[in-house]
Amino acid sequence: MDYFIQQSLNALSFGAEYALIALGLAIVFSIMGLVNFAHGEVIAFGGYSMVIMGTLLTNNPFVLMVGVVAACVFASVALERVAFRTVRGADLTTGLLTAFGVSIILQNLFLLFGSPRPIAATQFIFLDRTIAIGSIRVSSLQIYETVTTLLAILALMFFLRRTTLGMAMRAAALDFEMVRLCGVRANRVIAGAFAISGLLAGLACIFIMARRGSVQPHMGFDPVLVAFVACVIGGFGSLPGAVLGGFLLGITEVAVLILLPQSAGGLAHAVVFALVALVLIWRPDGILSPAREKGDKI
Amino acid sequence: MLEISQLKVFHGVIEAVHGIDVSVSEGQCVSLLGPNGAGKTSTLSAITGTAKSTGSIRLLGEDMTRLSIEERCRKGIAISPEGRRIFSNLTVRDNMLMGGAMRRDRAALLSEIGEWFERFPILGERAGQMAGTLSGGEQQMLAIARALLSRPRILLLDEPSLGLAPQIVAKIFEIIRELKSRGITILLVEQNAAAAIGVSDKVYILNNGRISRQGAAAEFGDGSDLMDELTGVHS
Repeated sequence: MDYFIQQSLNALSFGAEYALIALGLAIVFSIMGLVNFAHGEVIAFGGYSMVIMGTLLTNNPFVLMVGVVAACVFASVALERVAFRTVRGADLTTGLLTAFGVSIILQNLFLLFGSPRPIAATQFIFLDRTIAIGSIRVSSLQIYETVTTLLAILALMFFLRRTTLGMAMRAAALDFEMVRLCGVRANRVIAGAFAISGLLAGLACIFIMARRGSVQPHMGFDPVLVAFVACVIGGFGSLPGAVLGGFLLGITEVAVLILLPQSAGGLAHAVVFALVALVLIWRPDGILSPAREKGDKI
Repeated sequence: MLEISQLKVFHGVIEAVHGIDVSVSEGQCVSLLGPNGAGKTSTLSAITGTAKSTGSIRLLGEDMTRLSIEERCRKGIAISPEGRRIFSNLTVRDNMLMGGAMRRDRAALLSEIGEWFERFPILGERAGQMAGTLSGGEQQMLAIARALLSRPRILLLDEPSLGLAPQIVAKIFEIIRELKSRGITILLVEQNAAAAIGVSDKVYILNNGRISRQGAAAEFGDGSDLMDELTGVHS
């Protein structure tokens, strides 16, 4: 029983991290059809900002957490302004290539001004402790991660349903031009999407830093690749799909690791992606395809 | 009020409208009639800024041609577009809130939404329902209400009766007549010539991207002699 609870928490926290990042990708994609592969570099930017702030300003982890989130929001909004605004309205491939370009440029900047080797930044490591709940020993980081993600999803739902900008974002996912015809400024909606995406990246960055205790130029790329797969499974552009895909992927990954014999541990990823492929044969548009969700009568 | 001159509208490299002049005075309802493909919707798209155009578009003397889509709406151009384009993934009430999204007087906006719900009780009953579940006629009413909630100077209506049952069409034209009596300036694009002429002060007939005829609505009678021009069939 203990083992089951520990592994469930493990799966949930994996899923939570994927869901946070996948949501960041999905909210931008749903509005402007851009697969933002530079999202991982936004996370890395948060990590490097933490190193700089930790060296120059303070070691107070709570101040640093705010700083990391602020840095990620700034980076995300700045990337939109500098790189993605110019290709707005271009086709999917142009946006994708731009995002890859931005990603490569940023990784190289981190290499140049940082270091190819990991730089230690251990201020958040205190989040990861083993705590005992009754007889069960669990990782505190996993609990924080799961709870924070659930709170972030609730806050996002509230924002999208209750505020004018949030409603405009949902409407823009369906018909951006019509939203503009209602007098809503396109730049505001898109900047809002990038700001939320950056905020989610900031949260993910905190947890990644708590686990790794160091930054590296490529630290954001792998999580974003996994989050991309989560988006595909859930249905690209669907926000509930991104969350569902993220958690499904986390759960599958942990389940595969448990079920596979120790000697076949290396095959875990292969098995996970084989399952992903099966899901896509069953549902080529992902589990919650956006077209279905939008409830078009056509 | 709205002065359009030498308007050419382009879809890519194709010129859909070849330099037309249209003018709408304050409080007037003006109809733009013509067969399919005559350039009616293109003209409206040029006015709202969603299609590329040359020539001049002036609202209350102010040049609109360089403004973005959203700025034109903020200056007072609202549209109930072809196909209605309601936000089917939002509730009926949220669709209306989107119509007034740029307004700052939230209390007044909410009370106006309340008035619309009184006028169209069916929308009121379904305020919390997803707009995609409404019938065509209800969606049309919602699209008109959404456009008017931005408090426009001029309302553009693109084929409001398209695809609706005859009783609903009658109801839509009743609404248009009522809006006109409230002093709202309207530019109406329609296929239903007789009904459109009935509510209009002035009529333009558009054919192949050019204005083939224009005049006071009274000159057009009940529109029966327009059959040739409107179907594009020349007997």
